[in-house]
Amino acid sequence: MPVVVNRKVLTFWEKLYLPAIVGGLKVTLKHAYNTLFLGKVVTMEYPEQKWTLPTGYRGAPYLVKDQDNNTKCVSCQLCEFVCPPKAIRITPPGQNGQKADRTNAEKMPAEFEINMLRCIFCGFCQEVCPEEAIFLQQDYSLTGLSRSEMIYNKEKLLSLGGEVGGIQKWKLKLDEAKAQESFPVKL
Amino acid sequence: MDWNFIIFSLVKIAVVVGVVQGIVAYSVLAERKISAWIQDRVGPNRTAPPFVKYIPGGQFLTRLGIFQPLADGLKFLVKEDFTPAGVKKIYFFLAPAVSVIPAMLTVAVIPFGSNIGAQKMVIADLNVGILYTFGIVSMGVYGIVLAGYAANSKYPMFGGIRSSAQMISYEISMGMSVIPVLLIVGNLNLSQIIGWQATNGWMVVYAPISFIIFMVASFAETNRTPFDLPEAETELVGGYHTEYGSMKFALFFLAEYSNMVSSSAMMVTLFFGGWTLPFWGLDHAATSLGMGIAHILVFIAKMLFFMVVFIWVRWMFPRFRYDQLMDLGWRRFLPLALVNILITAVWLWMRS
Repeated sequence: MPVVVNRKVLTFWEKLYLPAIVGGLKVTLKHAYNTLFLGKVVTMEYPEQKWTLPTGYRGAPYLVKDQDNNTKCVSCQLCEFVCPPKAIRITPPGQNGQKADRTNAEKMPAEFEINMLRCIFCGFCQEVCPEEAIFLQQDYSLTGLSRSEMIYNKEKLLSLGGEVGGIQKWKLKLDEAKAQESFPVKL
Repeated sequence: MDWNFIIFSLVKIAVVVGVVQGIVAYSVLAERKISAWIQDRVGPNRTAPPFVKYIPGGQFLTRLGIFQPLADGLKFLVKEDFTPAGVKKIYFFLAPAVSVIPAMLTVAVIPFGSNIGAQKMVIADLNVGILYTFGIVSMGVYGIVLAGYAANSKYPMFGGIRSSAQMISYEISMGMSVIPVLLIVGNLNLSQIIGWQATNGWMVVYAPISFIIFMVASFAETNRTPFDLPEAETELVGGYHTEYGSMKFALFFLAEYSNMVSSSAMMVTLFFGGWTLPFWGLDHAATSLGMGIAHILVFIAKMLFFMVVFIWVRWMFPRFRYDQLMDLGWRRFLPLALVNILITAVWLWMRS
């Protein structure tokens, strides 16, 4: 079935294109004036200016330390197992290896490597970690001059991670569990 | 053989070509900057040579992107000159040259100043200046058609075909639009036309319709938006220069902007009094060196104004559809130009 589109019949003045041209020139001139003299620029000059990241932003995963400056990771290798792009590689200490530097843990990894070229910042490692030892932090712009430079080792990850815990996963779980004791469930 | 004439001509050619290339390079920058400002952006503001901190005001110049054209030029020069497998080699190599040579030749007859000393500031003071310009400018389309044909690929071909059709429909109205000017002045020599305007006022007052048609036609002639059908990126990938890269592509670019320069120069010469200004005593041929230079600066300033208009319009206008373009060329401008000629002729006849 043919569809008839009723086009608006233009007046002579409109057919001249002139009002449209003048209007267009006015709009573009206004924008140029605003950008040039009023500094109303919508773009951001990236390396100098940066976004303020929202909380919960998933950047690069780093290892964190506890309040006594001890390694929290216990080398359970759950993150290595769960990592979808297989970016994490953990070398366990072995039977006669180094003891953990905190008292309530059995061991800590001899080496902990994250290949930042492979990492997809998915956050599974943070999700799975029973010790809250790895957190996705705010870094998103990781650069290096070689592939080997982009494999971050334990020392580097710990120094980048710092001490902050971020989201206290177990605390939340505990609250959840407590909330389920009573009815109706309140969080 | 008049050695004096040859040496001065060569000097003038060298200087004019140099200045035109400089303007071309910086009009690319202007294009990028103005487009950025219109679109609420900043534009190129990073490129700087390593010794920028020794240049006074270097930081500010970098923000303005003054060094960007140098980087662009260098990039085009050192890029791999890749020739696609399926192209028709000879034409493929010929096309950029064919499009860039006419673009540069047009400036030869344009009087860009009155005189410095005994030298007239025009490379070739031809008695058929306008005819020469039209003849040369229409050759530019061969380069585009040739490029479209040589690329042996469908989108460049479309670009070339569109370009030829567009050129035919606009060249005629462009030529017709200038005839009233010739009728009023009674001379084809561009210097004489400027001389007439110096005494009688700018031509745009006498022939405004001619100016409008000429301006629109020169937008079509230089393949600029709203008539950039041969290189419509959204429809034809890149248009006639899709298969081109590195310096060959840069030559097409150069040709487009050189055409812009010469079109602006023609508009200034024909309709806006060339190097003259009606005040400050700049309306007659220079008697001193300072005045000669002032005339050249006036000409360049007027020309740059039209360059900015070219760029401004590009970032304001949507592209015309192919049939709209043909409609505008054949059914609007051609009759209008003919009527314009008739009215001018009758007016001149009544006055005489």
